[in-house]
Amino acid sequence: MSADDVAILGVGMHPWGKWGRDFTEYGMVAARAALDDAGLAWTDIEHVAGAETIRNGYPGFVSGSTFAQKLGWTGVTVSSSYAACASGAQALQAARANILAGFCDVALVIGADTTPKGFFAPVGGERRDDPDWLRFHLLGATNPVYFALAARRRMDLWGATAEDFAMVKVKNARHGLGNPNARYRKEVGIEEVVSSPIVSDPLRLLDICATSDGAAALVVTSADFARKHLGSLDGVARVRAVSTATPTYPQTFLELPDFATDSHAVVSPPALGFKASVVHRAYEEAGVGPDDIDLAEVYDLSTAMELDWYEHLGLCEVGGAEELLRSGATTIGGRVPVNASGGLASFGEAIPAQAIAQVCELTWQVRGQATGRQVEGARVGVTANQGLFGHGSSVVVGI
Amino acid sequence: MSDLSGDTTASAGAAQPAIDGWFTLGGPDLGDGPRLIGSKCAGCGTYAFPPRSGACPNPSCVSDTLEPVELSATGTLWSFAENHYAPPAPYVAAEPFEPYALAAVELEREGMVVLGQAAKGVRVADLRVGMPMKLAIDVLFTGDDGVDRLIWVWEPVEEEGTDVG
Repeated sequence: MSADDVAILGVGMHPWGKWGRDFTEYGMVAARAALDDAGLAWTDIEHVAGAETIRNGYPGFVSGSTFAQKLGWTGVTVSSSYAACASGAQALQAARANILAGFCDVALVIGADTTPKGFFAPVGGERRDDPDWLRFHLLGATNPVYFALAARRRMDLWGATAEDFAMVKVKNARHGLGNPNARYRKEVGIEEVVSSPIVSDPLRLLDICATSDGAAALVVTSADFARKHLGSLDGVARVRAVSTATPTYPQTFLELPDFATDSHAVVSPPALGFKASVVHRAYEEAGVGPDDIDLAEVYDLSTAMELDWYEHLGLCEVGGAEELLRSGATTIGGRVPVNASGGLASFGEAIPAQAIAQVCELTWQVRGQATGRQVEGARVGVTANQGLFGHGSSVVVGI
Repeated sequence: MSDLSGDTTASAGAAQPAIDGWFTLGGPDLGDGPRLIGSKCAGCGTYAFPPRSGACPNPSCVSDTLEPVELSATGTLWSFAENHYAPPAPYVAAEPFEPYALAAVELEREGMVVLGQAAKGVRVADLRVGMPMKLAIDVLFTGDDGVDRLIWVWEPVEEEGTDVG
């Protein structure tokens, strides 16, 4: 473990589900679980990095202080990060930056959410200067529409089929069966997926992830602190990289919540598209490449999107994801299992918690504690995630 | 499908764009066909949609002058989707809800992809990535005031002997 690494001493989650309770209740459960896992007390924490949720009003916007107060004011410093689906990774980066800058040694990273039923909709009121409001009003362009546009390109350009998409769901449902934190723990067959109602063609209900309540937390520390606390760094999971790269102009793939891509009329597109660039930056920082990765946790907002990630992660060539899936390489027991946790297919999305949950899973995996879904010999894992408004994240966890 | 050019004249006082300044209606007395209005940088020449003012989006350009420009009315289909459930408000969904398609069309000159609804009656079975598309105008919804709100839509360019409607 190098001085530039941050140790992950504790991880904890509140199971994902749909109860509609105060999101701070879920967060407290996750925070206490992470503290227990680290063998530390709340009073040992020097910084709370909260991932924000816009759906829960001021307590959600000021999540760092919300949880500091909920756990009991100690004078701890706080930060709150909003980066849509990447909020959790940005909170982790805030904690990590505080530690690496020497401002603190021990930080709590936390994200929790309570979500409404059905489609995510924009904040209320008539807001004609808000592109997120306008895409709903003028086009009815829900989030699944954008997932469907990407899925359709896989079909028309690379020959993906509805059965390929279904196979992603089948795999992830099986992975999630034994995960006590997963919301859906039920096997699903291909037939069940391809006969579920169409939401946004070509995607069906079981191709698209649900919205969930849930919470995840991490206790992260400096290498020095971890060494003193544990006596040794052997077997300690660490954060080897956090990438929160934004797009490079021109962004030529139509992404949520945009009406149009950037123009490449006068500036050539960058060599790597946005999502690939997010991952690439994490690889670069960690000094690893796709061949070094033992497993990946990716943002399967839709089944088809998981296939896109295989390519962004460099696990296969562009257009090769269906073949990689069919080969079994991304199933537990294969070369590079993807979403051993069960992914969003088994969890549903609890936005500010999700990027943190990905890091929890990788931590359990590299420690060999992922009962019922363990990837044998896992030592290095990568996460990938994308949010609205040019946010994305990739975290490399190693041991 | 795109019979609005005729209708607009008949009910000219009634129908109005669902948003100001993003597209022109076209029609017999209004020049050629409808056009999207984007922005073009006076400095580097790059484009943007929706129209905006202020700083050029190109990071290597320091121009603060973006000028309104009519975008190409034809392009190729980049991708498409079809909503089978009514989108939530602020979308004004017809009751009963009818599935409708959306199309993302790549404009060659502008080097950008622009999303829109597909024209009424155009369904996914009529579409394939890479096919030629053109801009049209349709009714998005009828307001509580009884006035139709208009929106830009994409429709396949009719090939000879092919009925795309």
